[in-house]
Amino acid sequence: MDFIAEGFVKAVGLLINGDSSIWSAVLATLKVSACSLLISTGAGLPCGFMVGYFDFKGKKQLRTVLDTLLALPTVFIGLMVYAFISRQGILGDFGLLFNLSGIVIGLTILAFPVVTAITASTIEGIDPELKLTLVSLGAGKRHILFTCLWEVRYGILTAIVNAYGRVSTEVGIAMMIGGNIKYHTRTITTAIALETNKGMFADGIALGLVLITIAFLVNLSLSFLRKQ
Amino acid sequence: MMTFIVAFLLTLGLAFTVQAETKSLMMATTTSTEDTGLLDYLMPQFEKDTGITLKWTATGTGKALKLGETCDVDVLLVHAPSAEKKFIESGFGKDRKEVMYNDFVIIGPEADPAGIKGKSLAETLTAVKDKQALFMSRGDDSGTHKTEQELWKKAGLQLPDKETWYVSTGQGMLATITVAQEKNGYTMTDRGTYIKYNSQNKGNAPLKILVEGDKNLLNQYSVLTLDPKHCPKAKYDLALEYLNWMASPKAQKLIADFLLVGEQLFFPNAK
Repeated sequence: MDFIAEGFVKAVGLLINGDSSIWSAVLATLKVSACSLLISTGAGLPCGFMVGYFDFKGKKQLRTVLDTLLALPTVFIGLMVYAFISRQGILGDFGLLFNLSGIVIGLTILAFPVVTAITASTIEGIDPELKLTLVSLGAGKRHILFTCLWEVRYGILTAIVNAYGRVSTEVGIAMMIGGNIKYHTRTITTAIALETNKGMFADGIALGLVLITIAFLVNLSLSFLRKQ
Repeated sequence: MMTFIVAFLLTLGLAFTVQAETKSLMMATTTSTEDTGLLDYLMPQFEKDTGITLKWTATGTGKALKLGETCDVDVLLVHAPSAEKKFIESGFGKDRKEVMYNDFVIIGPEADPAGIKGKSLAETLTAVKDKQALFMSRGDDSGTHKTEQELWKKAGLQLPDKETWYVSTGQGMLATITVAQEKNGYTMTDRGTYIKYNSQNKGNAPLKILVEGDKNLLNQYSVLTLDPKHCPKAKYDLALEYLNWMASPKAQKLIADFLLVGEQLFFPNAK
């Protein structure tokens, strides 16, 4: 139990002094979560809108599939992506394995269903009157898309916060695809796994607190957006 | 939309790879070389001597060999001699150089319910089996796990992997020791991990070394290069440079000088 208190003390030291290996792990975590969040939001918002807005055959089934994808095990995603980007895989020539970009691919697959499913749910909750009003006012497709998305902006924010929570705390994909290479692909979560394996529990806890602090700052800025 | 995403991913991939495309070598190795801090200690000197940046991913020996087989790394530093020889015979590996060794020990509770203290290895395993004492196995296809499986065979026993007293943890060495401690059982560990575990318990760990020094408990580490015919893209020249550097008198001395909590951990033996 002592190591928990020790971890708190170390965390403060790490954040204040911050040796290069910590900063590189923090940076790697921020890079991969930002990139994957950007891509999955860019693709997930329109997809979620279409699933939520339009009525079509097989919509219910599609929703079930989407909801199932929310439960994709991260090590499974890691393994699938590995199969493609290994030098013997189809995308092997791009050298994505043991690279941050490889992790981004995996995390994007992880985050995409989260953004899509939550966006679809909130769009479905839109007042049907709004849709009618928009159509009767003769709004274009693009206009309808943006008005609807704007109407549910808080729901979308929830989707992004959720997706961020999943990608920034993920360890299976980062470990399998990134390989936990010091100064290159070591993220905070894989660093925690390593410190735990080494038996340096206090260091692991300190790193965990660093990750929570970052998450807190991210959510703080998002809640600031909400007030605007 | 999809083409846009794919294009974006690829540019991203290129952007990240280009900056890493200096003289760098990718190695797959085992957890023990990373967890003890040996690689962090050797790497700066290697970089200084050769100008090659060494990057490594630490996993079990089984997966490390697999990463070599799929050509995802350039060089291997592993410890499972018979699996390594098979690796070369299968045409995946080219050169193999033994560079250092450390040893395994059998640890267990001080009360020693199976009475193995000071016995030979074969007697130890037989006693554990006869008493049905709890024995933790890594069960993760790591070098340690492979060695342990061979030891049962060498002792003339069947691998007890279906017995209730034989617990397969599927985890790293330290985690497995922790399981053994919680369950009051025996396990086999490399000495380095035990030293660390013992120092965390302020030198008075509940599990003690009971059997050591048997020649079957030697743990040989080797550097392997990949066969360029099998992996044309692997950096064979740089891998060979690493292999020769590890066997050089300078690196061998560095290895001998590496201490963990005041104890020598790896014994250089390149020939």
